Amino acid sequence: MAEAKLLSGNDACVQGALAAGVRFFAGYPITPSTEIANAFARELPRRGGIFMQMEDEIASMGAIIGASCTGTKAVTATSGPGFSLMQENIGYAAIAEIPCVIINVMRYGPSTGLPTSPSQGDFMQSRWGSHGDRPVIVIAPYTAREAYRETGRAVNLSETYRVPVIVLMDEILGHLRERVEFRDEDLVQEISRKGPEPGRPFLPYENTEDGVPPFADFGTGYRYHITGLIHDETGFPTNNPVEVDTTMRRVNGKLELHRQDIERTQFVDADDAEILIVAFGSVARSAHEAVRTLRNEGKAVGMVRPITVWPFPEDDIRTAAAGKKAIIVPEMNLGQMIGEVERAVAGTVPVHALNRIDGLLITPHEIRDLVEDLL
Amino acid sequence: MGKKRFNVTVDRTICKACGICVAFCPMSVFTTDHDDKAVVSVPERCTGCRQCELLCPDFCITVVQVEETADG
Amino acid sequence: MGKIHEKYLRMDKMPHIWCAGCGNGIIMGAFINAIDRLGYDKDEVAAVSGIGCSGRITGYMDFNTIHTTHGRALAFATGIKLAKPRLKVFVFMGDGDAVAIGGNHLIHACRRNLDMTAVIFNNHIYGMTGGQFSPTTFKNKNATTAPYGTTDPDFDIAQLCIGAGATYVARGTSYHARLLTDLIVKGAEHPGFSIIEVITHCPVNFGRRNNFESPAQMLLWQKEHGVAARKAKTMPLEDMEGKFTIGELYRSTEIPEYLEEYGRVIQAANEEKKQ
Repeated sequence: MAEAKLLSGNDACVQGALAAGVRFFAGYPITPSTEIANAFARELPRRGGIFMQMEDEIASMGAIIGASCTGTKAVTATSGPGFSLMQENIGYAAIAEIPCVIINVMRYGPSTGLPTSPSQGDFMQSRWGSHGDRPVIVIAPYTAREAYRETGRAVNLSETYRVPVIVLMDEILGHLRERVEFRDEDLVQEISRKGPEPGRPFLPYENTEDGVPPFADFGTGYRYHITGLIHDETGFPTNNPVEVDTTMRRVNGKLELHRQDIERTQFVDADDAEILIVAFGSVARSAHEAVRTLRNEGKAVGMVRPITVWPFPEDDIRTAAAGKKAIIVPEMNLGQMIGEVERAVAGTVPVHALNRIDGLLITPHEIRDLVEDLL
Repeated sequence: MGKKRFNVTVDRTICKACGICVAFCPMSVFTTDHDDKAVVSVPERCTGCRQCELLCPDFCITVVQVEETADG
Repeated sequence: MGKIHEKYLRMDKMPHIWCAGCGNGIIMGAFINAIDRLGYDKDEVAAVSGIGCSGRITGYMDFNTIHTTHGRALAFATGIKLAKPRLKVFVFMGDGDAVAIGGNHLIHACRRNLDMTAVIFNNHIYGMTGGQFSPTTFKNKNATTAPYGTTDPDFDIAQLCIGAGATYVARGTSYHARLLTDLIVKGAEHPGFSIIEVITHCPVNFGRRNNFESPAQMLLWQKEHGVAARKAKTMPLEDMEGKFTIGELYRSTEIPEYLEEYGRVIQAANEEKKQ
């Protein structure tokens, strides 16, 4: 496994997805995610898989949901405007509980925005972009190596919990080529969704103890119904308030039951830090660098980096923040994750924003300056 | 060999009283009741064309050919 | 036919939600007759629908069924067919579903020629939402969003599909139910993308606003205005005024089926891999 490669973040996502058993991709060209489609177009036919260029992002999302109904692991990739277009069908996948993975290489918006510039403007859209209450897992890698491993994990979490999983990349991570040396811990396993138990009546939306009903692939002899209407355990539409409430609470609550398995957070010199930086994605690279140089100067600063950004790791943030002098939340947006951090610490520690919305990455220097002001 | 005979039934619990079978039966087998639901009034006229079955939007009409008995 | 519907419908879901005299039930009947004639195993059929009155059809039929989002049924179906080609995939859409919100997906599905069969319920109105005009509502008709009469020109769905490259295009009506079954059977047997446009009727939200006294009267209108395509060819143009053709309208076997073409991609990719 210890082979070194030069890999871009976008290519790493593709490699990770393939390692997890993805055999279907549908997408629409959009900067800065296009290399993902290019790589799938090359790699999938070699594995007998399907690459499909659809007419738009709405169709791409529909096609991967359709493919997933047959048990095929399916992925799409997009950016800003395309991600907005996908939201309705992401909501569909969430309520119909059909596994699928969406790689969103963030660019600055709204609208056409800055197509070739990085951003973290979709932090909230990834969680709340569809109408209604819907569950979702969102994972934000910060290196090419991690993009490989975490995209693989995204596929597996999607299969395990029957939920759409979004891999939140950005333009910098997507296009950055870096040396990647895979180690044993990067090994991506292939995990498939749980199927119906033989000899037991199949309820496609059963209120199971673990919150995740079994999934019957189309064409395996279980003729059942999938709908975006709110449904009961049988999968058929219902208006019955008790049944609606039961379904919606199970669907939206299932991830909470498995938080430990889903959450992944990195702590860098956080224990004895006076100032704590909370950052994700490419901004966390700058934050990491700032921590390294400040520590070399003997300054007590640390970082908490949510890798799984949704469900938001409130407990990790709260625990790490206890007794700190201040928290800094650098983001390439006007302040999205900061609200979650404030919610987690609930006024016990002052929280400072550091935002850039000019299409450029927040530099280690800017973070250092703010840390030094606060120390 | 006599004329073929058919048994025509309407499931009154499902009939929505749309009047399609009444309007399109070429042999006027159907009439309507006080709820405007279809009633098989003159089954002996049925020639088994199954137009009613095909056009009933609610699957409540069944046309079955009656088996001729040996002495019938 | 007898009790064929008991074999193909989910009888515990009946009666269906469609209004008295609605054409959707007739189309569903014609469809299950087609499946019976085709002899397909129910486990091997995938039925995909969009949103609207027609979209509810999948809930009633005992196949692998999926009721998708508005306008996107073809996109979902494309994924299903590509990922599991052995499934027989049928797509059900309304007129608003297929040619308004889903128009883009429709023309691209026609262009690709993936082996699926789409049945479009064209009742010329948005029924579920209470009678708004659709892209197929004729001019000078009344709708809740056209209280002074419609002004928009209407789409000819079948011609649109032929123009977009569909390789099997037919038009039927809910009145000509036997013909409809024939057209669905032929569409399903056609190796490529097949479209069956069904002229049907919405007695409540179209009929009542446009001087049709009953569902039967609307069926009668279909009977009187639908002209067999073969016959239409020999008729003077002025006699076709206000009428429409029914039957098989277009068929081509020259364009290869999509998965066949994709097989070549897989072959080329594997040859490159070996080198």
